[in-house]
Order: sequence, then C-alpha cells, then structure tokens
Amino acid sequence: MSQLEIKNLNVSIGEKSILNDFSLAVPKGEVHALMGPNGTGKSTLAKALAGHPDYTVNSGEALLDGQSILDLEPDEISRLGLFLAFQYPNEIPGVSIANFIRAAVQARLGEDDDFVATEYYKNLYQQMDLLKIDRTFTSRSVNEGFSGGEKKRCEILQLAMLNPSYAILDETDSGLDIDALKVVAHGVNTLKGENLGILLITHYQRLLDYIIPDKVHVMWDGRIVKSGGKELALELEAKGYDWVKELATANAC
Amino acid sequence: MKAKAFEAFQSLPMPTRKNENWRFANISSLSLDEYDFTRSEKPTDLQELIEKSDIISQPSGQIIFADNHPVSMEPINDDLKAKGVIWEPLSEALQNHSEILKKYFMSQDPHLGSEKFAALHSSFVSDGYLLYVPKGITIERPFIANHWALSEKTALFPHTLVIAEESSNVTLIDTFNAKSESQKNFICAFNHIFAAANATVTYRSLQNWGTKTLGIHINSIITEKDATVNSLSVNLGCQHLRSENQSVLKGEGSHIEMLSLSVADNDQEIDQRTLQLHQSPHTTSNLLYKNALLKKSKTIFSGLIKVAKEAQKTDAYQTNRNLLLSEEAEANALPGLEIKADDVKCSHGATTGNMDKDQLFYMLARGIKPHKARELLVFGFFEEIILKLSDNELADYMRELIQTKLQSK
Repeated sequence: MSQLEIKNLNVSIGEKSILNDFSLAVPKGEVHALMGPNGTGKSTLAKALAGHPDYTVNSGEALLDGQSILDLEPDEISRLGLFLAFQYPNEIPGVSIANFIRAAVQARLGEDDDFVATEYYKNLYQQMDLLKIDRTFTSRSVNEGFSGGEKKRCEILQLAMLNPSYAILDETDSGLDIDALKVVAHGVNTLKGENLGILLITHYQRLLDYIIPDKVHVMWDGRIVKSGGKELALELEAKGYDWVKELATANAC
Repeated sequence: MKAKAFEAFQSLPMPTRKNENWRFANISSLSLDEYDFTRSEKPTDLQELIEKSDIISQPSGQIIFADNHPVSMEPINDDLKAKGVIWEPLSEALQNHSEILKKYFMSQDPHLGSEKFAALHSSFVSDGYLLYVPKGITIERPFIANHWALSEKTALFPHTLVIAEESSNVTLIDTFNAKSESQKNFICAFNHIFAAANATVTYRSLQNWGTKTLGIHINSIITEKDATVNSLSVNLGCQHLRSENQSVLKGEGSHIEMLSLSVADNDQEIDQRTLQLHQSPHTTSNLLYKNALLKKSKTIFSGLIKVAKEAQKTDAYQTNRNLLLSEEAEANALPGLEIKADDVKCSHGATTGNMDKDQLFYMLARGIKPHKARELLVFGFFEEIILKLSDNELADYMRELIQTKLQSK
C-alpha cells in the first residue's frame, strides 16, 4: 500500500494521554490538511511519527508504505522516507546549512554510492533559488539568527533536497507574512506530485488558499472528528472551532 | 648552565595537590622514572614524516624535529635573511646568536606552578628554534615547526623562542605529533613569545602526541606597548596533559588573545592553567577555552585574571565552555579574578553542559546517523574558534585532526 497509514494510535507524554485512537491515511500523491485548535494533538502526532523520545506510543500502528515505523529510531524513520518540517526548527550554532544538508544527503547513500559535491551544490542552489533563499545562506549556521520566514523556507529546502515519500508540515504557515507564505506555498506546490504524500498541519485556512488539499481532516481531543474535501476548511473558518466541539460531542453520543 | 638547572630540578619539590596551581590534578602520573632521557642517535628514514609535515603551502620557513633532532630545514629566503630575520635551530643559534639567547632564553618565569619542569627543561633542552624578526619587518607567510616523537618512551624537550621586534608582524605554527597513535613519551615543551612595541605575533599550537604520553606544555607571552599576540592551542593528544598559558601584558595598550580547543577521550586528563596578567593601563585580553569531553575523560580549567593597581582601563575576559558527551566525563572549572585597579572591565564565566537533546533530535529527524550528528554538534561547538583563523589551510587541517580523533575507536 503506497500510503502513510495511522491506525488507532494512542500516544502520551508522561502520564498525559494526547492521541486517542487516532486514525488517518495519506495516500502517496495526495495533499491532506489536518486542522484543529491548539492542544488537540496535531504536533504530538507529527513528533510521535518522527520518533521523538519524549512521546510514548501506547498502542496502535503507523505504517509507511506498509512498513511499521513505531519501533524505529528517528534517523531510520527519516531515511525510510518520512520527513517532518518542524514548527519550531532548532538552531545549530557552528554547523552550516550546506554541511547539515550534506550530512543528511550522505546518510542516504548506499555503500557503493559516491557523494558528488558538484551535483550536490548544483541541486542545492537550484532549490534555494526556487525558494528565494539567498545563496550566502549555505555558509550560515543552521537557523541561527534566521527570521521566522527564513526558518520555514529552510525547512522546505531540506524537504526538497531529501526527496522523502511523505512529508508532514507542522504549522509551516505560522509566523509567516503573506509574501513568505506565498514563497513557501510555491515551494510545496512545486514538490508535490505522484511521488509525495503531504500532511499539512495548520491552524488556519489561509495556507489552504495557496496549497489546495485533496482532503481536510478536523481534529479534536486527540482524534479526527470530521473529514471532507477542501470546502471543509472554509466551513470550519466560517463556523469556528466551537462547531468542532459540537461535532465531537455529537460523535461521542 | 645545564648542570645548574638540573640541580635546581632535583632540589625543587614535585607538585602536590595542596598547591593551588595543582588542585584536582592527577599528580601520580607525573612520575618520570620510565622515560628515556638519554639523547638518541639522529633518526634516519624520515620521508613519511616529512610528507606528513607538509601542512602549509609556501611557509616562510620550516623545521622538522624528530626525537629532539632537527632533521629537515627549509631555510628563509635571501630577502628575509638580508633584512636580519633569524630562523635557526637552537643548537645553531647558540653559536651564531648567543647574545639573543642570553637575553631571552627561559627568561619568562613560570607563574602557574611549573618551576620544577622549567628547571628540567633547561637542563635537558637540546633543540627547539629561534625566530627573530627585526624592527618593522612584516612576514606574510607563516613559519612552521613540526615536532615528532618517534621512539617509545623518549623524553622530548621542544623549545620555541620568538622575538618580534618593534612594529614587526609574524605568524608561526608549532605541530606536535607522535609516529604511532598510542605512543608513550614524556614531553616537556616551552614556548616563549616576546612582542615588542606595536608588534603583532600570531601563534598556533597543534598538539597531538601519542595517547599514552605525559605532556607538559608551558606557553608564555610578554607584550610591550601596543603589541598584539593572538594565540591558539589545540589539544588532542596525551594521556595526561598539563597545559599552562601565561600572558603578561607589560606595555600600555597591548592586547593578547588566548584561544584553545581540546577534545578529551577515554581516560585522558587535560589540565589547563591560565594567567592573564595586566601590568599596564589600557591593556586588553580575551580568553576562550572550549573542551569537548568523551568517555571517562577529565578536564581542569583554572584561569586567573590579575590586574595590577596601575593597570587602569583594562578589559579582560575569560570564558571556559565544556561540552560533555558522556555521563562519566568530568569537567572542572575554576575561574578567578584578582583585581587591584578600580576602573576596569573584567568578566569570567564557565559553563558545562551536555549535548542539546533537541538539536540532536532535529539532526536525527533529517536522517543523519547518531554518531555523525554528535560529530557535527562537536564541530559546531568548536567552529566559533576555528572561524577566527584567517588561514583556511590551517583551519581545514585542524578540522581534519579533530575529525580523526572523533572517528577513532
């Protein structure tokens, strides 16, 4: 099955249960949006799938093209083809963007593959131009002193360079002005296609004006309470999150 | 003179931990019984070592030492010679320029506890070199001296003597290496830099002795009016390293930068003692020591800023940062201030921390394998210092040395 499939996932942080029987499938080639108010577990889903050690998976399954990823290390999950664009990308002083992405690219090479620096830089510059990232950024330390928009563009740059099968974009639109949002959206639209499944985690409908989703899922209290087409995002925008709460209560009855 | 120095060595007491300058230090490993102090024959078959010493393109001069003998010499060009620049092994300088040696050799007293080792050095020193730069001469390309330990258990006494006269400008590099990685030697190295008025000296020391070596490296700097010395020491080798760096800002308006980066591994002990001694007004010093500690390694940083009553308008900074890469590693920091002037800016700070877990996760989430991610974070930690090098060739060589150390085992 070419899809990112999550079945009845239960995740907690410490004693606190965050995801409750969460299920979702994102087929390769599609863009799905996951919406919901703060604190419903959207970022927890992203982090747990990426293998963050602070999140405990109590039960359920997560399959990448049929392969379970829940017992894998974070770096193994990434190399298997799941990319997470961070909501708050970390700063790494002293490590340049070029060396950082290079290490990630090299980690994906087979034993007999050679790393070709000229090709790497050609590709890197091409992607940077697309994302309107100044080429001098290659020698700057990862995310250090970057504006919010620069950090998010840098996340999309990494997505472009690493060619994953599935990408989770965690609130990539937060903190962006409209120009930066357009650049990021343009980058994502260029990358999307039959070989990439995308899960857009977002709080606002705004991003979905620029990246048109195939499906929209609305989340409340650790699970999806409603799924639909792109028009669901507009409905949600109009009715507000109180509507979701009502939906959730109705579902529970 | 040597006999007298040996007498002094014998009469001076071995250091004890009760001495403030040796607090926390592993005194027991200072025993010298098992080392060979006799002067060996001049070694032969040195091609490999000469090739490995080829680090800097077009140096202004290069000397390679092996087991205390100068074995290869790239002399200075006629132009520099005509200007009065001197670049000679001590053995030659003693004959050709005894007046300089009489004035400067071992004339900077150790302030940080190594009187006994200074006496030992004086009595056994057989080689080393003199670099003398006359007034007003600027030399673009660096000088380099490569010190090699070839034979197991040999005692080595490298000596560096640099005299930069008024308004001169010079850069030199010392490298310290063993032929085989796990070699055991005793090293007692002294380095004395004199920067006369308005002179600029840039000094780089790359220490990578064998992993079973006991090393004592004493660096001493004196600056006259408006002189600048930028020093950097990289420490990778030795089982037990005692590193003393003392800077005496003697002349008004002079400046000394003291940078250091060290990687300690296994049960290595790196014992660093520093002194920034401000004797005159408007002097500035800036110290930054960064240590990365692996396995059961241990570092001691003990730094003192001392400002004399006369030294008003002094700026003195001292920072020690330790990155612990293992639960069992131990970093000790003993920063200190002793200020007698009342109009100064001085600060000291020491931090010791583990690798940032969020940074590590971020790297892993990009598919970078854990060992590589740690390596990148260590490099990131050191890059603040490496970026200060204006010499790319040397910066790359340094990165290579660090990488080799991080990847070994």
